[in-house]
Amino acid sequence: MISRRQFLQTTVTGALAALGARRLFAESPADPNECAGVLVDLTRCIGCRACENACRVRAGFGPLPTAAIGYGAGEGRLSFRTRTFIDFRDGNLKPKQPVKRQCMHCLDPACVSVCPVAALEKTAAGPVVYHENVCIGCRYCILACPFSVPKYEWDNALMPRVGKCDFCADRQAKGQSPACVATCPTGALKFGTRRGVLQEAKARVDSQPNRYTSIYGEDVVGGTSWIYLSDTAPEEVGFPRGLPKEPLPSLTWKAISKLPFVIIGVGLILSAVVRWRTRTGVEQP
Amino acid sequence: MNEFNWILALFRTVGVLVMMSAAAFACWLLSGREFPKRVSAAFGWLLLIVLWGLGGYALTSRYALGLGAVTNLSDQFPWGIWKALVLCGIAFAAGGFLTACMVYIFRLRTFYPIQRPVVLAAYLSYILSASGALLVDLGRYHQIWRPIFYWQHHSVLFEVAWCVMLYTGVLSVEFAPIVLDRFGWTRISHFVHVITVPFVICGVILSTLHQSSLGSLFLIVPTKLLPLWYTPLLPILFFLSALISGFAMAIFVSALSFWTFRRPLEPRVLTSLAKGMTPLLLLYLFLRVADITARNAWVYVFRCPLQGFTFAWEMLLLTLPLFVVLKTRWSGRRRWAFAAAIPVITGVILNRLNVAWIGLLPATGSHYFPSWIETAVVLNLVSFGVVIFGLAARYLPLFEHPDIGGHHASGATVDVRAIVPRKASGHV
Repeated sequence: MISRRQFLQTTVTGALAALGARRLFAESPADPNECAGVLVDLTRCIGCRACENACRVRAGFGPLPTAAIGYGAGEGRLSFRTRTFIDFRDGNLKPKQPVKRQCMHCLDPACVSVCPVAALEKTAAGPVVYHENVCIGCRYCILACPFSVPKYEWDNALMPRVGKCDFCADRQAKGQSPACVATCPTGALKFGTRRGVLQEAKARVDSQPNRYTSIYGEDVVGGTSWIYLSDTAPEEVGFPRGLPKEPLPSLTWKAISKLPFVIIGVGLILSAVVRWRTRTGVEQP
Repeated sequence: MNEFNWILALFRTVGVLVMMSAAAFACWLLSGREFPKRVSAAFGWLLLIVLWGLGGYALTSRYALGLGAVTNLSDQFPWGIWKALVLCGIAFAAGGFLTACMVYIFRLRTFYPIQRPVVLAAYLSYILSASGALLVDLGRYHQIWRPIFYWQHHSVLFEVAWCVMLYTGVLSVEFAPIVLDRFGWTRISHFVHVITVPFVICGVILSTLHQSSLGSLFLIVPTKLLPLWYTPLLPILFFLSALISGFAMAIFVSALSFWTFRRPLEPRVLTSLAKGMTPLLLLYLFLRVADITARNAWVYVFRCPLQGFTFAWEMLLLTLPLFVVLKTRWSGRRRWAFAAAIPVITGVILNRLNVAWIGLLPATGSHYFPSWIETAVVLNLVSFGVVIFGLAARYLPLFEHPDIGGHHASGATVDVRAIVPRKASGHV
């Protein structure tokens, strides 16, 4: 029964290697608060959609059609070609509250954790970027994102891509601010480090407590790089209800981290059973 | 544009014709290389030819036009019936690792006769639902091999991909003796026999990981999946229900195959499987009820009517067989064992559909329902499995006992040649 013993050894060494690999890979990146961040002050947004237009131009889809520029017109949702847009929501305090939508660039993103081939990556600088030449098109990121940000190129038959805001990672690398921030005429968008924009948000709330009621993005799903300041509750401006404060990937990791123990446990039990059932003196079937 | 449409029409026509001829050929082989003589047989032929013809149209359309044109998938609802089919097929295949475990690990002689049909059904289920459905569902199906080289160990889907690859290999080893015996390749068969037990142990480990990780896939959507199904216990519940479905599938497959091909089957095989299923079913139902109560989720049964309805059916289908099996005077009857297996399989499949489809609808604000092309592909994949199983039952020594002991049983080879005419070997 050498084969069985060899097998047992392989199982145990494999499982130990997996345990070791976990430590190896689990190194934490640079302080996430020093990464890039943006403050969105919804009270300063006038819904001009200049950010939407700038985003389309920068992503190579051309400017918004002239007919679409106006209050509430256009596609009105995120899509493969629309990585940011102004959501004209019905709020309680104002007749229409324009809300800019784009990827929140979570500090511990669900999309990055679910991708089986690491086509999505949270870079050290802050942006969550998509490597289209690695993607296999499983669309798990689209399902997993708590803010429903990644969108799909459904009409591409051979090489469909995932479309999402990449925080203008290329512009950031050149020391520029993202296209939407650079074009915003009212100062509703402010680019900086996450720590910086969070401090700014708190300072604004402190100085004008009557103007602001909520900061969103500080700790939801472990924190996001984009921070929203608004005069209404986060649910009122369309953020999903009931999201936990812990990062979503940790929900999955609780299950995946048990994997080596399952391998060792089941392997040992079954090997013992085989040994017991084939021991000498027992009639071989 | 006109030219493109012309090419598309040609592509579709070729696809339909190829699939229809394949269906006719499969029917011809299945009916013992004869054309139908009775009306009922001719109807069966017609049904399969039409179904595979539709499948040819569906598959060519999917590959020519892409997912957006042929499916009802959307940015709101990115995973549809094809991904759900993967979950259902893998749960159905659980009978394979369960039977292999009972035969090769626990050496329970009662189950030796059903090992081969059940392992074949599991093998087909794995290949068609995991690899087959994913080759249709993946946006870049030609990159399906990528997880071999691009590792991302935080992803449950990465774990699933590796489990599928490795366990398909294990099933190949478990299935190999059936083919090797057919052609009398004893030397390779002996080698396969030596490595079988370690492979079966690997198979059980991989199945444990795989079945539970299919539940872990949905741990990442706490706000999107209805609380009737979302729970941190998802991996445990998925593994437990897969075990239950494995027992039921073993009953279903062995009863149907032995009865269809008129082989004698001891009633004890089915009734002991049904008895083994009962405590697990009780445990599963207890966990589900306790979990939903602990999370105060019962209110969603009434808050979402459709989901409440499918949830009630799921629970009902899994509770019904308990009455059948617990009634002692029935449990000794194999017909009742079979009657208990069918609601269990249906209930587990409904559970998978609820988790991967129906339970996701309210929070995503979607009204997804599979298009006819999506449905046709699903029916085609299922019918491929049935047809290949039928062909194997006809042309391979499927009803021989597996070779568990130390010596190679050459008797199987002789038996097969007695059943199948010698000239058959060229075609099979």
